[in-house]
Parts: sequence; C-alpha cells; structure tokens
Amino acid sequence: MIEERFDAIVVGAGMAGNAAALTLAQRGLKVLQLERGEYSGSKNVQGAILYADMLEKLIPDFREDAPLERHLIEQRFWMMDDNSHTGLHYRSDDFNEEKPNRYTIIRAQFDKWFSKKVQEAGAVVLCETTVTELLQDARGKVIGVRTDRKNGKVGADVVVLAEGVSGLLGTRAGLRSRPDPNKVALAVKEMHFLPQETLEARFNLKGDEGAVIEAVGTISEGMTGMGFIYTNRESISLGIGCLVSDFERTGQTPYGLLEKFKSHPSVRALIEGSEVKEYAAHLIPEGGYKAIPQLFGDGWVVVGDAAQLNNAVHREGSNLAMTSGRLAAEAIFQIKSRRDPMTKENLALYRKMLEDSFVMKDLKKYRDMPDLLHIRAQNFFLTYPQLVSKAMKDFVRVDGVTKAEKEKATLRSFLAARSLKGIIGDAFNFARAWR
Amino acid sequence: MATQAATRVEDKLYLNRYLVDAGRAHIKVRPHTTPSPQLLSLLKLCPARCYEMNSAGQVEIATDGCVECGTCRVVAEPTGDIEWNYPRGGYGVLFKFG
Repeated sequence: MIEERFDAIVVGAGMAGNAAALTLAQRGLKVLQLERGEYSGSKNVQGAILYADMLEKLIPDFREDAPLERHLIEQRFWMMDDNSHTGLHYRSDDFNEEKPNRYTIIRAQFDKWFSKKVQEAGAVVLCETTVTELLQDARGKVIGVRTDRKNGKVGADVVVLAEGVSGLLGTRAGLRSRPDPNKVALAVKEMHFLPQETLEARFNLKGDEGAVIEAVGTISEGMTGMGFIYTNRESISLGIGCLVSDFERTGQTPYGLLEKFKSHPSVRALIEGSEVKEYAAHLIPEGGYKAIPQLFGDGWVVVGDAAQLNNAVHREGSNLAMTSGRLAAEAIFQIKSRRDPMTKENLALYRKMLEDSFVMKDLKKYRDMPDLLHIRAQNFFLTYPQLVSKAMKDFVRVDGVTKAEKEKATLRSFLAARSLKGIIGDAFNFARAWR
Repeated sequence: MATQAATRVEDKLYLNRYLVDAGRAHIKVRPHTTPSPQLLSLLKLCPARCYEMNSAGQVEIATDGCVECGTCRVVAEPTGDIEWNYPRGGYGVLFKFG
C-alpha cells in the first residue's frame, strides 16, 4: 500500500469525513482519506436535506456547481390515521431567496461532488478500501490503520473516525460501545421517479422550489417513528423509519410499513404512476445527547453519525456531521500548528469547540426528548394522532349533531383514551423535554 | 402473506446495484441448533430479507442482497449470534442515489 506517513487519516467519506478531510487539506496538512465504497457516496444513505449554512463554512460558493435538487419553500407536518391526515403546513415565498437555506440533495451525486473538492484541496482519497482495524501502540495510542489492501498498514499522527452510524473500528478498539437497538432507528427509503411537470403540479411547485412532508401516526403501528416525503428535481425520496427495538418488539417488517405508508390515500396520490429506481435502508442515531460517546483520545477523534451526533427532534444530522468534521479538523490543525502531540489532553480541544457550537447546545436542549418519545411511543405516535383525526372529522362534518355535543364527545374521547391526569402529564413532560 | 412480502422485497432489491464478493459473505451466522430470540427477530427485521429459516429450523443468511444498514449487527452481534463485517473494499451494495 502506501509507504509514507500522514498527518491525519480520515476513515469514511460521508458528510463528516469529507468536511474533516477538506478542512485538513485546506489547512495544508497531509491527509489520507479511506472509503470502502466505489466512490464517495456509493455507501451513503440520507433523506436528504442539505443545510446551506454549514456547507458555506466549508465551501462558500457551493451553489455554483454542487448538484442540488430543489430549495425548500414548504414544510408539511402530518398526523395520520388510516384514512386521513391532519396537517400543519408552512409555505413562504421568503424561502425563494437569493441564497436559499435548505435544499434537497441526492447523496450519491452530492457526495461525489464533495469528494472532488476534497481531492482538489490536496487530500489523497483512496476508495474501494475497507479499514479493518485501528493500529494502537502498547499504551493504546492510535498510530494508524490497517486496510484490506495488500501491505495495508498506514501510519498517521491522528485518525479521524468518520465511519458512520455502524462504524466498526471504534467499537472494536474499545473506544466506544455499539449503539443499542433502542438508540437507533431503521429507516427504509425508495426513490420514485416522475416527470418533472407531474411532480411540480402535484406539490404545487415551480422552478427549483421544493416541499417536504413529515408524517407521524398510525403509519408506524404504535412505534416511535416517522414517515417522510422529499421532492427532488424529478424524483421523490419516500421512506419511513422506526426504532430498531420497536421493530423487534412488534414484529413489524420495515418493508411492510413502507408499503402501508405508500398505500395511504394521502400518499398514494402523490406517487401514482412513479417508477421506483432504488430501495435503501439505513440506521439513524436517535439517542441524542445522552448517547454521545467519548469523542477523543490519544491519536483519535470521532465525528458525525459514528459519534451519534443527530438531532432527532429536528431531523438534522448531516449538518451536525459536517460541523463536527470541520471542528475536529480545526482542532487538529491548531494542535499541529503549535507542534504539540495528538494526545488525549490536546484533542480535548475538539470537544470544547463542539460544546461551544450549535451541535452540542441543540442536543443538550433536547436531552430528555428521546426517553420521553421512546417510552411513551403509543401516546405520541398512535393515540394522539387518532384522537386528533377523529376530532377534526367531527369538527368539519355537518350532520345535525349540535356543536356542543360534538365538543363534549371530543373531550370525552381524549379523557377516555388518556385521562385528564395522563393528558396533563404528557403535556408537562413534553414541554419540559422541549425547553 | 409471507410469500407476498418476500416477493416484494426481492423486487425492490432487483432495482439496486451490487458487486457481489462471491464466496465471501461479510456476515456469518454462528452455527446453532435452536435460534435465539434475537436471531429469530432478524427474519422480520432485516429490510433486505437476507435471513431465512431452513427446513431444520435454523436461521441462515444470504448476504447478496444486503443493503449494509447494520440493523442485524445492533440486535444480534451482542448475543454472539452473528459475526458482522463490512464487505471488502468496492464490494457490496453500490447506491446510485443513496
């Protein structure tokens, strides 16, 4: 393999790995990035929404040549029962701005572009190379990696673990534990292709405008989960995800859930006549702040999904990944500039920088949310959506029943399902976890 | 119902691109006589339906259609039921869109 030594090795070429490799190379460090896929993106799966602000910090003029699908002008949130949805719908022409804030992207294409920027900045990017082991010295300091290539050992001062949610290296080396089934969601997704005009008509879009639908309710069969529909230029990314431990408990199948979501009357009309071109599955870190592992040690740091950095409440992950990759790289650059060694003590700077950023502040804000939503899944993902659907139906149906009687019936249905104490408790706990 | 679901998953996987590393399965099931609850749960949990039960009641895996999500790893690696690795560099699922 490669005989030479590197300042840094980045394992993985997703959002976090590319952000780290790019930043390190831009600062003049000698970087090797290793990716097991055919190219950066060929193993990566996401919805996907790109957040401009975090990418601008890496590539300010990214809009000039990045493969972007649509900028988002509309967000819909659906609470579903079997035949209906009650929606919250936000659409604003303000999002038709010169530099839009959020875009849909297709990861395989976007990551390939991102990787080209990494290479142009001077990093050595080696694809089709699986890292099999971290090399450690007698005191446990990480000194390089072993790959599945011939003579596959490479040395470096520091290894950036951007190996994704299922990363093996860190857990095998005892640097962090494997995620528990109740701390990760399994999401399955399909790519539905439609003629551009059809898609735009169905979602009321023009030009590059895009819309997002996120849905909870009976579609997840009482599990903690969410369905999503994202508009790309001429395709729709459609999927559903639930906690792995919930799938285990209920015996539901992920593809069964996906088919059910697709056949819901509110969804079916949107994808009718589409051509499906890919089926993917991926794990999503859902444990939040309390699930964040040790982030640094002698000769290593961990970034992105591998570090469980995902904001489940806001469905933000790629921006946390990019930011953690960039900050890890900046910390490494600062240590290197001082000619200090890549010790645990020095690399603590990365954690400090992450804590000062939105990444840790946002995750900390919602630290109690995963426990609340996971333990009370039935209430939040099944009972309330059903109650709301029923209440809405009664509210709009004109059938001779007096309004006072309807209101009483609605109130009674809520009390029967959750009791007054239960409702107040749910509201209180939710408010406290949100705060 | 089960066969119907199986057909549907195969149809889905048929859409994907793979480079199969013939003879080198990246996930292995530990030989067993009676499967553990964790191993049994994979029959339904695996989104690519890679796990099947054979006529003798043991769980087997065919990794050709694996989408490398890692779900079976978080469920059945802790119990020692499976040995989980990534495919060799360049092999496995090759997402066109991701």
